[in-house]
Amino acid sequence: MKVFNSYIGRPMERVEDLRMVRGRGTYVADVNRPNQLYAVILRSSTAHGIIKSIDSSEALALAGVHHVLTAKDLGNEVPLIPLRLQPLPQLEPFHQPVLADKKVRYVGEPIAVVIAESAAIAEDALERIALEIDPLPAVATRAQAEAKRSVLFEGHGSNVAITWKAFRGDADEAFKTADYVRRETFRVQRHAAMFMEPRGFVAEWDEAAGKLTVWGAAKTAWYNRRTLAAQLGLELEAVDLIEVDVGGGFGSRGEFYPEDYLIPAAARIVGRPVKWTEDRREHIMSANHARDVECDVEFAATRDGRFIGLRGQIWSDIGAYIRTNGSVGPRNVAQYMSGPYCMEHIDLKSSMLTTNKTPCGTYRGPGRYETDFIRERMIDLAAQDLKIDRVELRRRNLVADAQMPYTLASITPYDSSTELDSGDYHAVFDRCLKEFGWEERSKLRGQSIDGYYHGLAIGSFIEGGAAGPKEEVRLVLETDGALSVYMGSSSVGQGLETIMAQIAADAMEIPYEKITILHGSTSYVKDGYGAYHSRSTVMGGSAILLGAEKLKELIQQTAAQRLGCKSEEVVIDGEQASFGGNHIAFAGLSETPLEVEAAFFNKKYTWAYGTQAAHVAVDPGTGHVKVIDVMSVEDVGRMINPLTLHGQAIGSIVQGLGGAFLEHLVYDDEGQLLTGSFADYLMPTASDFPSIRSVTLELKPCPNNPLGAKGAGEGGLIPIGGLMANAVADALSHLNVQPMELPLSPPRIWQLVEEAEAARARA
Amino acid sequence: MKPPIFEYASPLTVAEAVSLLASRNGNAKVISGGQSLMPMLAFRLAAPELLVDLKHLKDLGAIRIGEDGVRLGARVRWCDIESDARLAVSHPLLAEAIKHVAHYQIRNRGTVGGSVAHADPSAEMPGIAMTCDAQMKIVGSAGTRIEAAADFFTGPLQTSLEQDEILTEVHLPAWPAARRWAFLEFARRKGDFAMAGVALYYDLDSGSRITDAHIGAIGVADRPIRLTEAEAVLNGNQMSDKLIAAASAKARQSIDPPSDIHAPGAYRAALVATLLGRGLKKSAA
Repeated sequence: MKVFNSYIGRPMERVEDLRMVRGRGTYVADVNRPNQLYAVILRSSTAHGIIKSIDSSEALALAGVHHVLTAKDLGNEVPLIPLRLQPLPQLEPFHQPVLADKKVRYVGEPIAVVIAESAAIAEDALERIALEIDPLPAVATRAQAEAKRSVLFEGHGSNVAITWKAFRGDADEAFKTADYVRRETFRVQRHAAMFMEPRGFVAEWDEAAGKLTVWGAAKTAWYNRRTLAAQLGLELEAVDLIEVDVGGGFGSRGEFYPEDYLIPAAARIVGRPVKWTEDRREHIMSANHARDVECDVEFAATRDGRFIGLRGQIWSDIGAYIRTNGSVGPRNVAQYMSGPYCMEHIDLKSSMLTTNKTPCGTYRGPGRYETDFIRERMIDLAAQDLKIDRVELRRRNLVADAQMPYTLASITPYDSSTELDSGDYHAVFDRCLKEFGWEERSKLRGQSIDGYYHGLAIGSFIEGGAAGPKEEVRLVLETDGALSVYMGSSSVGQGLETIMAQIAADAMEIPYEKITILHGSTSYVKDGYGAYHSRSTVMGGSAILLGAEKLKELIQQTAAQRLGCKSEEVVIDGEQASFGGNHIAFAGLSETPLEVEAAFFNKKYTWAYGTQAAHVAVDPGTGHVKVIDVMSVEDVGRMINPLTLHGQAIGSIVQGLGGAFLEHLVYDDEGQLLTGSFADYLMPTASDFPSIRSVTLELKPCPNNPLGAKGAGEGGLIPIGGLMANAVADALSHLNVQPMELPLSPPRIWQLVEEAEAARARA
Repeated sequence: MKPPIFEYASPLTVAEAVSLLASRNGNAKVISGGQSLMPMLAFRLAAPELLVDLKHLKDLGAIRIGEDGVRLGARVRWCDIESDARLAVSHPLLAEAIKHVAHYQIRNRGTVGGSVAHADPSAEMPGIAMTCDAQMKIVGSAGTRIEAAADFFTGPLQTSLEQDEILTEVHLPAWPAARRWAFLEFARRKGDFAMAGVALYYDLDSGSRITDAHIGAIGVADRPIRLTEAEAVLNGNQMSDKLIAAASAKARQSIDPPSDIHAPGAYRAALVATLLGRGLKKSAA
C-alpha cells in the first residue's frame, strides 16, 4: 500500500529546540564584529519640553568615547519613521523623528547616541552630556488631552490625531426602538509586550563595497530594509538586514524604531561596527506600549436577549507619536467589538489621542483583548439585567454556520472590510462547556470556601490572521536530493522552521529531515512581509504549496529529457522521477540545483474562533484572585503542529492573565513613567497561574487558502480580560461587584468590595 | 544598566573592613550579598567610590543558638536559615518569615546583615527584628555598640549606622516553647515585596490571658513598626473572636500607610487588619 507523508498534524518537536537548549542559539547580543564599538542612547527624562541646548563636549572628553550623535548630525531634516500599516496622509504630522530635534514628547525619547569603546564607558559619558530642556505642561491622561493642557503637535491644534468609525446598519434608529439599552464606561490599562530578550542591533558599514549589514532584524525585515535604505539614501541592494534568534516578539519586536535608523547610521558615521543592546529599563520606556483604552459605549438587545447593536465612543491613548502600526489597535477595538456574535447595528468611534507617553503599537491580539473585555462584560451585565442565563444568552447570539461568511462592521478612514470566513461557533461553545465541566462546577458559584468566593465565566472570541498581500518562497532541490526552502516569513520564536518543514515535506513527499528552512536574510527572496497578524503559517505555508507544484513540474521537465518522455508522463514518487520502469533519484537528478520561486497572494483574513471558560476564587479581604482553571477550545481550520500550537495557546493565555491581573505601565500626571523595572511592572511567573488547558479542533477549514489553515496561536489571550472580570463578578455576586477596569489588582477588588459593602449598608 | 566605576575590596577582618569604610569619608559602602545594592548600582541610583565586601568574614556567617536566644551573623543567608532545622523550635517565627523572602536564587545570596542594614520597610527581616526587640551588634572605629531595633531603624532605607560602622550580628531574644505566634504577608506574586505583612507573638499566663503581645507590621510605614495600640488591646485578655476584631480594628485605625503605585494607603491599612485578624486566629488554633 502506498503511504504518503503526513507530517502535517503531527506533534513534531521543534527543530529549533535542540540548538536553543544546548545554548547554541545566536541572539543579537551574541553577534560581535571585529573592531566594534558600543552605542548607548541618551533618552529624555522630561515628558514634554523644548530642547534648548545639548553640550557633548565633556562626554567627548572622556577616554574611550568616539562620537556623540545628535539631531544636528543628521542634516537639515531628521528622518521620520513612516507608517507600515494604514499609511494615511492625515497621520503624517504625528510621525516620530529618529532623534528628538526641537522638542521632546515622552520620557524615553532618544535625544543623542554615545558611541564608545564599551557600553559602560558610553553610560559614563551619558551623565556628562549637558542637556537643557524647557519643560512644557505634560499631557498624561484623557482629561488633560481633551482639555488641551498642552497640544503635542501645535500645527494640528488638537490632541485627537484621528477618529476611526466602525459602522453597520443603522444604530441610531435601532437604539430608538430597542427593548433594552445599557450604557457603561470601561478602561483597559496601558501595558506592553515584555519579551524575554530585549532588542538590539549590530551594524557594519563596508565603505569599500558601499554595503551596510545589520544584524538584529525581526518580524518585518523587508519593509524595514526599504525604510532604512531610503532614509540613508542607499540602494536597496546595499542594505542587508539579518535576522538572528530572538527571545520573543509579540508584535512589538521588529517594528521600525528610532534605533533601527540610529545604530546603522552611527556605524556609517564612525566607520566601525556599532553594537547596541537594549536594557530592560530602556525597553520599558522605548519599545511600543499598548492597550491604553477607555470607552463609553451602549449595548442594545431585545427583551428575549437578541443582540441589536453597539454604539459609542472609544479613546485610544497612542502616546507621543504614531509609529509603524499604531492604528491597528485603535481600529480593531472598534471594528471587532461585535466579536463572534450577530450584531446588526454598529456605530462606534475610536479616537486616537496623542499624549506625552511612549508611543503605542501592536501587542498580541491588538485591540481585540481590549474590545473583548468591553463586550463580554456588557453581555454579562445584560444577562443579569434581562434575567437570562449568560450561557444561553451567548448561545442565542453566536453567528451560526449558515450565516457564513458573516460581514463585520465597515471601518473608515482606511477601509479594511472583512468577513468571518467559516466556523461552527456553537459546536465549539458547547465543547468548551463540556471540557470545562460547567454544570458540575456551577454548584460552586458564589460559595465561600476557606475565605475564597468561587466564580465562573465563559466567553467567545474571534482571532484574525493571514494578512496579505503576499508571501514569497524559493524552493531549491539540491543536487544531493535535499530540499532548501528560502522564505520571506520571519521567525519570532514561534517554531517557523518546524512548521514550514512539515508543510514542505508533505507537499514534496520528501522526508522531513532532508528539508532545510532558510529565513532571516533580506537577500534570500526578492520580497517578504514577515511575521505579524498570525500570518506565517497561512501565507508562507500556502506559498510553499504553490512552490512545490512548480518544483514538481521542473523536476518532471528535467527528468523527461533523461527518461526520453514527455514531462507530463513523468511520475514523481518516493524521491524519484519515473517513467516506464526507469527511475531517477532526486539525488543526482540534475548537475545544478533545481530552483523555483512562488508567491501566495491573499486579501482575505482567516478567522479562527473559540470559547473559553474560567473558574476563579476571590479573597475579599486581600483582593487576591486565584485562577483555578482556564479552559480554551479553539477551531483553527487545520492544525499543522499540535505541540507548538498548544504551547502558543497556553503562553498566550498566561500573557492575557498578566494583563488581567498584574501588568500596568503607570504614569503620573506629569508624564513620568513610574514602573521602570520588573520590580514595579509585574510579569506573570510560573507559580502564578498553574492550571490552564487548551483544546484545538479542526471543524471548519478555511475556504480561502490551499492549506485550509487559519492564523492561530496569537489569540488565546483575547478573551482573558473579560473572562476574568466576569468570573470575579460572578464570585462576588452577593455584593454585586462589577469590575469595569483592568487590571484586577488586589487594591481594585478590595475597593469594589468596600464600595459594595458601603452601598449595602446604606440600603 | 552598567554600574559606574567603583573600587572593590574584600577584607579578611572586621577591623580591616571598618578602617576601609573610615578611610573614604562616606564614599564607601558595605556589600553583603548585593541583592539590593547591585540593582541600585546598575540603575546608577548609588555611586560609591568603594565597595567593601563582607564575603570573607567567615565569623559573621554563623547562626548561634543559646539560652539567650538566636544570634544571626550578618553574613547568614536566607538559605542558611531555611536549612537550619533547629530554628523550627528555637525561633519558629523567624523560620516562617524567611520562607517569604524573594526567590530561590536571591535566598542563596541575600544576607541578614545586608537586608537589615538596607532597611527596606517592606522587607521581612527588618520586620522580625522590630517585632522581636532584636539587639543589633555594631562595630565601628569607635568600638562595638549594641542597639535596640526600635532605635536602629530611623526612616526609609535609613538606619543609625554611621559611615564607618558595620552591622555584624542580629540577636533575637530567647523564644519560650509555649509561645503563640503567626507570620502573614500578602504580595502580588510569590516572592515580591509584601504589600503588607504582620508578624506577631504573645505568651499566655496561667489564666490563658495574653501577655507580652508583640505585633510588627511591614510595608505600611517608612520603616518596620510595632502596632502598640493593637498590642494593648490584646494584653491581659483571653483570645476571642471579639478580641480579634477589636485588635484588628485598632490596628487599622492606628496606622496611616503611604500610597504608592501598587496600592492606596487605605488598602494597606485594611490589609494589615485582615492579616492581623487571620494571624491571631491562626496563632490560637
